[in-house]
Amino acid sequence: MTDLAALEADLLARIAAAPAAAALEAVRLEALGKSGVVSALLKSLGAMSPDERRVQGPQINGLRDRIAAAIAERRSVLEDAELDARLAAGRLDLSLPAPPRRKGAVHPTMQVMDEMIAIFAEMGFALAEGPDIEDDFHNFTALNFPPRHPAREMHDTFFLQPGPDGEQKLLRTHTSPIQIRVMRKGNAEVGAPQFEPYRAPPIRIIGPGRVYRCDSDATHTPMFHQMEGLVIDRDIHMGHLKWTLDQFIARFFELEGVVTRFRPHHFPFTEPSAEMDVQCDRSAGQIRIGEGDDWLEILGGGMVHPNIIRNCGLDPDQWQGFAFGLGVDRLAALKYGMPDLRDMFASDTRWLAHYGFSAFAAPNPATGLS
Amino acid sequence: MKFTLSWLSEHLETEAGVAEVVEAMTMAGLEVEHVDDPAARLAAFSVARIVEAVQHPNADRLRVCQVDTVDGRKEIVCGAPNARAGLTTIYAPIGTHIPGSGITLEPRAVRGVVSNGMLCSAAELETAEESDGILELDPALTVGAAAAEALGLEAVIDFEVTPNRPDWLGVVGIARDLAAAGLGRLKDPAIPPLPGAFASPIEIRLGGPEACPAFAGRLIRGLKNGPSPAWLQQRLKAIGLRPINALVDVTNLITYDRARPLHVYDAAKVAGGFIEARLGREGEEVAALDGKTYRVTPDMCVIADGSGAIGLGGVMGGAATGCSEATTEVFVESAWFDPIRTAQTGRETGIVSDAQYRFARGVDPASQVPGLELATRLILELCGGEASHVLDVGQAPSKAAPIRFDPAYVRRLAGLDISEARTWKILADLGFTRHGDTREGGTVIPPSWRQDVDGKADLVEEVARIAGYDALPAEPLPEAPRPAGGVLTPRQARMRVGRRALAAAGFQETITWSFTSHAAAILFGGGQESLVLANPISADLDCMRPSILPGLIDAVGRNARRGFPDCALFEIGPVFAGDNPADQRTAIAAVLAPHGPRRWDGAPPETLFDLKAGLLALLDELGAPVANLQLVQEGTPAWWRPGRAARLQLGAKAQIAAFGEVHPRVLKALDAPDPIYAFEIWLEAIPEPKKKAVKTKPALVLSPLMPLTRDFAFVVARDAPAGDLVRAVQSADRVLITGVRVFDVYEGPGVSDGSKSVAVEVTIQPKDKTLTDAEIDALSARIVAAAAKATGAKLRA
Repeated sequence: MTDLAALEADLLARIAAAPAAAALEAVRLEALGKSGVVSALLKSLGAMSPDERRVQGPQINGLRDRIAAAIAERRSVLEDAELDARLAAGRLDLSLPAPPRRKGAVHPTMQVMDEMIAIFAEMGFALAEGPDIEDDFHNFTALNFPPRHPAREMHDTFFLQPGPDGEQKLLRTHTSPIQIRVMRKGNAEVGAPQFEPYRAPPIRIIGPGRVYRCDSDATHTPMFHQMEGLVIDRDIHMGHLKWTLDQFIARFFELEGVVTRFRPHHFPFTEPSAEMDVQCDRSAGQIRIGEGDDWLEILGGGMVHPNIIRNCGLDPDQWQGFAFGLGVDRLAALKYGMPDLRDMFASDTRWLAHYGFSAFAAPNPATGLS
Repeated sequence: MKFTLSWLSEHLETEAGVAEVVEAMTMAGLEVEHVDDPAARLAAFSVARIVEAVQHPNADRLRVCQVDTVDGRKEIVCGAPNARAGLTTIYAPIGTHIPGSGITLEPRAVRGVVSNGMLCSAAELETAEESDGILELDPALTVGAAAAEALGLEAVIDFEVTPNRPDWLGVVGIARDLAAAGLGRLKDPAIPPLPGAFASPIEIRLGGPEACPAFAGRLIRGLKNGPSPAWLQQRLKAIGLRPINALVDVTNLITYDRARPLHVYDAAKVAGGFIEARLGREGEEVAALDGKTYRVTPDMCVIADGSGAIGLGGVMGGAATGCSEATTEVFVESAWFDPIRTAQTGRETGIVSDAQYRFARGVDPASQVPGLELATRLILELCGGEASHVLDVGQAPSKAAPIRFDPAYVRRLAGLDISEARTWKILADLGFTRHGDTREGGTVIPPSWRQDVDGKADLVEEVARIAGYDALPAEPLPEAPRPAGGVLTPRQARMRVGRRALAAAGFQETITWSFTSHAAAILFGGGQESLVLANPISADLDCMRPSILPGLIDAVGRNARRGFPDCALFEIGPVFAGDNPADQRTAIAAVLAPHGPRRWDGAPPETLFDLKAGLLALLDELGAPVANLQLVQEGTPAWWRPGRAARLQLGAKAQIAAFGEVHPRVLKALDAPDPIYAFEIWLEAIPEPKKKAVKTKPALVLSPLMPLTRDFAFVVARDAPAGDLVRAVQSADRVLITGVRVFDVYEGPGVSDGSKSVAVEVTIQPKDKTLTDAEIDALSARIVAAAAKATGAKLRA
């Protein structure tokens, strides 16, 4: 008996003292291995008489179970210690920089275009487009610019080289040719479905796009963006235009009760014609919309000239409506404070980062426009 | 167009001041661009009188003056030689900003004597270019009177004349609109005729209506030319015109007063006894009043006498027949020249004269004789002499035709509630005449100076403009049905998705010009003659772009030269393959220039495969059938680096996108850093999604069985595309194989020369039962066979 007790005490002490997994394994083999001392004791049970076995059996089996349990427990302690040591060695300096991730941006002109589309979509306007390279008919003649009229010269038109048939294409000077493409059923097929936006009246569209003028300074760039608006129906009058533009200005600048001023102007393609000014303050060197007692011209429009409605094959005594044009880049600059329109097209990454918008800032009615 | 209030008051009885006139003009459509108001500009300056002027104790050239000013008696140090006792001049108190010198006065001692203000010269007030002393004014002026008034300076209003209103190029036209708008009463602008005393010895000949359809004139003899009187000089100077002599000043006055240009010929210098307006002849030249000689073309209208061409009709007179102080008899021309021809002559000669500007916009076709009569009156008044009978040849074309008009149309088109009486009053005030009861086909006839009015909408504008656009109601648009699927076409929606997806992926959106240099266009496969601009803004922006990439690459180069070479840019916009609408496509292009700083963990910069990943993710967002896209690496255009570019297509005729590394030679030509990875997607080439009536998605079926993976290492020819091998493996069983991924590519020992090993991991998803070992082995055999058949691949030993 004392033998077993001494053996157990010795083994348990060595197990507890085993410094590492290898030493523990050595103890295990010595005790529980094929030729281990405890295994030998278990084997000796076979040679015992039944009475002897009845006494010795539980003692030896008990010894084996206790030793095995002690080894398992010690192993777990050693493994934990090992893991702790390994983890302690694996410390990372998390103050080091993370891999750079590029920050993208949406161009402010395009962001503002999306804002405008959101506002007009809510008023029931659909989107129509036209080609950038236009012909004289769509850009001028159909829009009531008489041939060789001084108003044409004011447009600083870019012309392309004359073709073999002598026809000289041009870069559209405004988005107004979209009016003709939308209204005129007799348009020739152009082979590009996106530029064949004809629809029968009533019509309610906006037409955004690039336009071109042969002009360059701080407030003029040879290419810029406009958005055309066109509403044609039986009883649309100039009061509707005033309301629509008032709504637009208030929603766009997100100002309650911004004061606007509607005043007469001249465009060949509208009659009567108007320009709209918005209240502003220029005293601080920067233009602030909705404050002060100064005015800023912001857009032009009017009632579609009867000649244009006629040119599009409609009867101006039956159909009438309004058109307007908005300068997208300029409105973006006014709303978000860019001082020089040329920067819009300079691709300076610092400018794009500063004035650009998050991909997730898509204007929508739930979160507001900006 | 500039004018002053005193000039306006010649035609308009009004109490209105500058601010009211400006406001009324603006609201009537006369867009005021600038008001120069000397009363405001010179508010700090006032009349003062020097009481005593003594030598400065410490300076020879300075005088110490005792001055009576608006602020009481002041001691002022003055350096002007004419500072003397009794002189009436202009005083500026301490704190005043002196416009001519840019200095703000401070109280400080001048050589020991404190000067309490300043006495001013004309140059210091910017009323003259230079001056050699302080102003010397009328001693009758009261001390303290405002300087602007004392100097006779008045406000000048400058406004934009829209091309439809040439009548606003005369002050009387402005007065008429302001009177109609309620600012005052229009004085009768009619000019009573002066009977002639003799027949003009110079006759008028017209060489055809295409040159000059109408010409009135008369001779005035026995006159004495010289400087015009002060009132006339003052009137011209106030709006920036230089007085010359009485005869010329009269024509300039009438040009600005009535929008009626005239010309005066020294009759003694006119040869042959006639003045003829005809088309120019090849080889003719005109030595004009500006001292230059102009070559005449047969498209120009010239004025000729017996000696040949002596002037460009409606544009500029000739030097040979010009009036001087010695002129004693003058032939006055009041003709009507064709707007288009005059505009063209102005363009071709580069002459911008007051006459040319007015004739090009259209002069009142009924103004020849009244203009001539007014000129006669003024010339006789200023220069004496006697006038011949009036010669009036031809007739100017007038478009003014009767317009059928119902006043109710004002309500219908403008939404304006206005009484019929007021409508008629406005039209009458503007010179329109009414004929008959308009409701029964009655008509309105526009006045001769309103050639722009040719329809009833124009009449509505006149009424609304004068009634004031403030009176227009803001009326909500009627409700209209909204399209259920939103207002964007699928293509427009895709542009929007592409924009937001690329921005989310770290690309900055930019906008570059739609035109590029011809050389860059050629470099990118474009540059055809039909896309070259005839009048580019600069030589490097002279051709419509075939691709967005040159613009983006150029943008990277510019950023690199500023010290920021690391960029990721994109643009969505048009590209052009020809000048027809069908040749215009929408491209989404991006460039990745991985030139960021080194990294502490030694990780490499982005590679072409990072760009490819972005491209495929974007195409997926755009709804392109990414799994079906063929990647073709052969035959890519020359702007890509050989062997490092590919196009993605759905068959050879449907190229969806191209991507790759830009050729180093192209980067060098565009001065951009190497490398740049790029892609371009042609939006219209992506098939539009099928319209589905029901938005419900198909039911999702998830297998309860675990997927398993098997690895295969194949040996293929070195240049065989891995993509082909992947597709072949996939094709072995389209139901069970749900993924094929390359995890190793190896060349070197163990693999024969000219070959490479490509190892793929194949994911097998059992469908309705667990696969047996035998089934898996059979599938493996099919995979190996498919790979061998398609690419000649062998399992690596």
